[in-house]
Amino acid sequence: MIDDNPDNTKSNKIDLEIMRKLSHRLITIIPQLLAIMAAFLVGAVVLVLTGYSPIDVYTTMLQGAFGDIYGIGQTLTQATPIIFTALSFLFSYKCGLFNIGAEGQLLIGGFVSAVVGSSFGWLPAPIHILISLSSGALAGGAWGYIPALLKTKFGAHEVITTMMLSYIATYLTSYLVTYPFKAPGWVPQTVPIAESSQLPRLLQPTQLSASFLIAIVLAGLVYYILQKTTLGYNIKASGLNPLAAENGGIDVKKSMVLAFIISGALAGLGGAGEILGVHYRFIQGFSPGYGFDGLAVALVGGLNPLGVLLAAILFGALRSGGMLMTRATQVPLDIVVIIQSLVILFVAVPNLVRYLIRWRREKA
Amino acid sequence: MNIIDIINIGLFASTIRMATPIALAAIGGIFSERVGIVNIGLEGMMLMGAFSGVAVSFYTRNPWLGVLASIVIGGLLGLVHAILTITFKGDQIVSGTGINIFALGFTAYMSQIIWGSRGASDIVPSLTVIDIPLLKDIPIIGDILGSHTPLVYVMMLLVVFSQILFFKTPLGLRLRAVGEHPAAADTAGISVTKMKYIGVIISGILAGLAGVFLSLGQLSLFTWGMTGGRGFIALAAMIFGGWMPLGALGASLLFGFADALQMRLQSLSILPSQIILMLPYIITVIILAGVVRKTKPPSDYKPYDKG
Repeated sequence: MIDDNPDNTKSNKIDLEIMRKLSHRLITIIPQLLAIMAAFLVGAVVLVLTGYSPIDVYTTMLQGAFGDIYGIGQTLTQATPIIFTALSFLFSYKCGLFNIGAEGQLLIGGFVSAVVGSSFGWLPAPIHILISLSSGALAGGAWGYIPALLKTKFGAHEVITTMMLSYIATYLTSYLVTYPFKAPGWVPQTVPIAESSQLPRLLQPTQLSASFLIAIVLAGLVYYILQKTTLGYNIKASGLNPLAAENGGIDVKKSMVLAFIISGALAGLGGAGEILGVHYRFIQGFSPGYGFDGLAVALVGGLNPLGVLLAAILFGALRSGGMLMTRATQVPLDIVVIIQSLVILFVAVPNLVRYLIRWRREKA
Repeated sequence: MNIIDIINIGLFASTIRMATPIALAAIGGIFSERVGIVNIGLEGMMLMGAFSGVAVSFYTRNPWLGVLASIVIGGLLGLVHAILTITFKGDQIVSGTGINIFALGFTAYMSQIIWGSRGASDIVPSLTVIDIPLLKDIPIIGDILGSHTPLVYVMMLLVVFSQILFFKTPLGLRLRAVGEHPAAADTAGISVTKMKYIGVIISGILAGLAGVFLSLGQLSLFTWGMTGGRGFIALAAMIFGGWMPLGALGASLLFGFADALQMRLQSLSILPSQIILMLPYIITVIILAGVVRKTKPPSDYKPYDKG
């Protein structure tokens, strides 16, 4: 009879298996979800204390970020550079490095791509785009090589050096666009890039460009490198236990240098994407802190390239929704930065949830 | 223009002024790292100290209440870092980074709420310069050290005090033991958790003081991101000084000199400002690369599990 159909039980088994895997996945993202909720909750407290209605503010934010096609386009536009910087942070983190210099690497990459993009106007478009993008990646990688050298040759801790190098990059690019590479006029910016180096726009009239697609492809590529290649294996082994890796015949220093360079290149490419896809020139101060957004997104994304994509969209939504929120409610845009920082603080404690459960049980 | 315009007694007095916040924060860093907790959040704690000092001075018209506020806020942030990293064993660098970003966002947000400006606060009553009677009359030394705001002298006293505390008192020994060998300290009956909390909270207090010196000691207002990486420079000074208060003071004087020179060159406008502004950061990187090999941190910074 039908009840004895072996296929039926088999498919039930598979269902169970899928459910088990799915629930396992859900449990692993619970701390992240709780951290995000807690951050919005504390953000709401800040809003109330400063005389704003969190419900109004958050609804306006949500409306701005996802309310219409334009909002969604801007959310993805804002998410794009953050995907790059998050992948950058993630990649070095897997090697046990805490590279907080994505901001500087993004600026350097962006600047170099603007210079290359505004020169060589005679090149055909696809080649010009390719060269401009790669020069941005190379420049970011080169900037990332400096802390690698400082760490492996001199033992200087990357947290301090990458931070210092971010300040240096900010002033250096500011100098370059104020003096030698300044376009005529008052604004410190370079001349526009040639049309042949502009990345195609995906969703007019928003600024969403092909850079978003590149970001998605790179997320897959980073996942592939880390999971399936020897390079990825070496990098992760060096990060997990450098001593054991060294004994196992892995050149830990070489892994670190490569991780730094790739990390810098990813951030540099993000900067190039902003210049070639959104601004069409290097404008001083074009990044509102994408480097630090990346750090937060990598952590919220569970240090997983696919998680990064989702978390970046959330942070992009905060930025794009924040703009409408500021216009409509006069709440300072910096509430977004506060919420982001709170997410980081709550994510810093992965076992907070476990502690809370245990605490409640002890009280009961 | 000649070299006298750049290097003179005024430059050295300015060096002392610029070294003060770095030294205060560096000693803060020592208190935290000696008990085995990395405090990357010094930068944010300084910024919150700078801001709360100005805010309280703005409302009360009393800069000393501002100083008090910065100490309280700094200590509270230290407590937050302690709870996250000691009790919950969270990642120390992630927690510190979170504090830094929080400070940047919170101070910018509140600036707009209170003064309607993201860039700078109103001018508020600030700390005044005092003359030290006998010291002031000594030639050259008196000109360099004799008249500063009281916090400069507080910094000098704190350097000496903490040097003695760490290396000549039982409490200092306990603090160091907890960072160097928590298991042994535990066996000897020292409360590891309590000592760690003390170290990290003091670290926050000193960072708050460092911040308020920037806003109420050097200026009379708060500006966006005014710490400008000095918390990280202080960490470099701490490492350069071998995790010792006196050593950190020496290193801070060096960074203070770079900062003072940077400001002097700025006022002479012989080079584009951006190039000059890069100087302190470049010097920090070079010094860090030059000396770090020879120093060893006082702890492995691992969370302590009683087992």
